[in-house]
Amino acid sequence: MSLVIDIASGLCLLIGTIFCLVGAIGLLRMPDFFTRVHAASVLETLGADFILLGLMLQAGWSLVTVKLLMIGLLIFFASPTASHALARAAMVRGVMPLLARPGAPSSKP
Amino acid sequence: MMLAAATLALLVCVALALARAALGPTVFDRLQSANTIGTCTMLLLALFGFLNGRPEFLDLALTYGLLNVIGVIAVLKFFRQGDLGANKEARR
Repeated sequence: MSLVIDIASGLCLLIGTIFCLVGAIGLLRMPDFFTRVHAASVLETLGADFILLGLMLQAGWSLVTVKLLMIGLLIFFASPTASHALARAAMVRGVMPLLARPGAPSSKP
Repeated sequence: MMLAAATLALLVCVALALARAALGPTVFDRLQSANTIGTCTMLLLALFGFLNGRPEFLDLALTYGLLNVIGVIAVLKFFRQGDLGANKEARR
């Protein structure tokens, strides 16, 4: 049983690590501010939650699991809010998407 | 084993985000990089605690996350409105 849990935990950590690396590479290489926000959101939702899930499987039922759950909830609620506020602030300050046509209805903040 | 690999990969993520923060053309790119580095640091603290067998590091991770959110929102408000809203409060 413990071997199964170890393998599942390692698998969750591996998937989370892959998502984190993909998000960070996208943050570095995407051509536009808004696409960079999109790439960083991958890191902050799926990557973080899979890594925390892997740690939760290793911790078992204890206070540590509750703390990990709290960290997961904090990331889950706070980082999309920060991304939304960031994109909206950039739009208000006049940073335009790379392919936006001026006057098109989708390019208004 | 997997814990050490994940820690190393998160360090690589921090390095990539740091490169974007140094290169970024607008201030919002740098702010997004700071947010990403904060999230990576929370995960690094949690992983490091498990790696050393001391899960007390999770409290540090929680505190760091709360500070990160407050910091990003405050800096965003500053760059969106030009101040932190203190003048409006004082005039009322």
